[in-house]
Amino acid sequence: MSAFSLLRIAFKALFRNRMRTFLSVLGIVIGVAAVITMVAMGEGSKKSIREKMTSMGTNAMTISPNYQRRGGVQLGANESRETLEEADVVALKTARYINAISPMVSASGQAVVGNNNWPVQLSGISSDYLKIRNYEIESGVMFDDEIDKMSKVCVIGQTIVKNLFPNENPLGKVIRYKGIPLKVIGTLKSKGTGDFGQDQDEVIFAPYKTVMRRFNATTEIRTLYVNTIGEGYASLASEEILNILKERRNWNRPSDPFRVRSQEEMIEMVSSTSQILSLVLTAIAGISLFVGGIGIMNIMYVSVTERTREIGLRMALGARPRDILLQFLFESVLISLFGGVAGILLGVVASSVVRKILEWPMSISLTSMLVSFGVCFITGVFFGWYPARKASRLDPIEALRFE
Amino acid sequence: MGEEVVHALRGVSFDILPGEFVTIMGTSGSGKTTMLNILGCMDKPSGGEYILDGEHVEKLNGNELASIRNRKIGFVFQNYNLLSRTTALENVELPLLYNPKVSPKERRELALEALNLVGLSDRISHFPNQLSGGQQQRVAIARALAGNPCLILADEATGNLDTKTSYEIMSIFQELNAKGKTIVFVTHEPDIATFSSRTLLLRDGLLRKDSVNSNIQNARAAFESMPSIEMVHLEESI
Ligand SMILES: Nc1ncnc2c1ncn2[C@@H]1O[C@H](COP(=O)(O)OP(=O)(O)O)[C@@H](O)[C@H]1O
Ligand SMILES: [Mg+2]
Repeated sequence: MSAFSLLRIAFKALFRNRMRTFLSVLGIVIGVAAVITMVAMGEGSKKSIREKMTSMGTNAMTISPNYQRRGGVQLGANESRETLEEADVVALKTARYINAISPMVSASGQAVVGNNNWPVQLSGISSDYLKIRNYEIESGVMFDDEIDKMSKVCVIGQTIVKNLFPNENPLGKVIRYKGIPLKVIGTLKSKGTGDFGQDQDEVIFAPYKTVMRRFNATTEIRTLYVNTIGEGYASLASEEILNILKERRNWNRPSDPFRVRSQEEMIEMVSSTSQILSLVLTAIAGISLFVGGIGIMNIMYVSVTERTREIGLRMALGARPRDILLQFLFESVLISLFGGVAGILLGVVASSVVRKILEWPMSISLTSMLVSFGVCFITGVFFGWYPARKASRLDPIEALRFE
Repeated sequence: MGEEVVHALRGVSFDILPGEFVTIMGTSGSGKTTMLNILGCMDKPSGGEYILDGEHVEKLNGNELASIRNRKIGFVFQNYNLLSRTTALENVELPLLYNPKVSPKERRELALEALNLVGLSDRISHFPNQLSGGQQQRVAIARALAGNPCLILADEATGNLDTKTSYEIMSIFQELNAKGKTIVFVTHEPDIATFSSRTLLLRDGLLRKDSVNSNIQNARAAFESMPSIEMVHLEESI
């Protein structure tokens, strides 16, 4: 029997029981719409986290001393903490897998301009830091690592501009930080809120040597920021960095003196939590699709029983068991595919409603639509299979006698 | 399974030649339907052999039996067994759907031809519930004919019809027989048997009598000599 004939028979049978068909289609519609919406919610939040994260620079890595801690207690008094030095920065410039490096030292205090003051951390960095953290200059210039080695200059973010220079151009003006005057030579483009809710525009950057010598009076660098040469180089770079640092110290202890963290790792960590959320949402939606499938199975069993005589007649007239099986399978697959199409439409509508009303970042993916459609097809086959097989195994004589 | 084993047929042996019009008679429960189901390849005998058109049916599997039912046999049932809410034409097309060699166009042509043969050309798009019993049975006969089978089987095909309509149906069978179709017709009404060329009598699953009918009645003539139903009512009321 041709697929077209099967399709026609299935359509007719479904049309004959319009209400019943509609109700079982509805089960699938709700299931699929739920899947589409839930996946869009999960994917949307994942994507927005990822976007925020990448605004920090996906290839960024940090190097910091490895604290040997357990339960908050530092272990081994003899395990003196290794510190990063300027010489390390110089040595790391030869590394193959990183293309930018910047120390990060900081001082806390108030930035003062005339009568305005603003509590903000002073960050000592080198010019590479902008590249690593995806900052860009808005006006003026970035300080030069060589010329401005110890200069009393700074580059400030938009929050500082707004609060300390509400009505004037900050370029060439002086900020006093802990009594030391720093000349503003550049401003940064706004970056907005960071991953942890911090204001990324509330920054004052000064050359790290200036901060170390004039503010902290120390040679110790707490953290180094580096940039790998591209995505996927994190582990290679991390290994190379540790080797260089160990070599400089003739390090032979089993534990690493420093800890290298990649931004990729951080992204993984954060997005794995949203992945779990996404999974839970999808599982719930999947269950409703499953329930829809059971609805189909139920209706197909009713349909088979109701049409026992028809099945017997078809068999008596020469239908093979396979023809009967396909006939009923086509019906259940049609129900679930109708449901699939309507469900996808409803899901898209629901997603945009959620986006509008809850202001949730929704991401409707073509994949989730295709997968839903595929799942519907499988649902139809899976839940239609047993009723259809029951039909195909009927004995024609018995079936014809069925009251 | 703790059920009593019923031997619906025992030691029955006979040949039916092409072109014969055989009636199978017997009381209720004598095994007529069982016999017809075996002849129709719907059922397989628990023992013995059945050769249809040169093929050993008892050796065939389910799919092969389905194919034989489809190509070689036309079945007419007592209660018509038409699909409801399906037009006469579609009902007649039904067996042809299961024959991949018949194209949709041929299917329609064959079905129209069969409906024409039973005189229902003007009723092709009627549903069964818009047709009289006799018309429904004619649709069923057209359905049995559509695939051009070599053997037509009927199980009490006139059982639900009044005498006059029965004769009309029998006249169709006689015309088909005259065109060379082999017919096996189950009935328990003796007057129906007089339209056939041979009668097998079953009793308690045994073949009791196999007689050739030397005096075949003409069903068409019998039908035309009958008063119409309205007249019967009239006479009764007088
Ligand atoms: N499915 C069945 N199960 C048990 N016994 C059956 C079944 N079908 C028929 N029989 C028995 O087989 C015998 C013949 O039945 P059947 O061929 O239907 O008779 P007929 O058509 O002549 O009235 C009867 O005794 C009947 O009770
Ligand atoms: Mg019977």
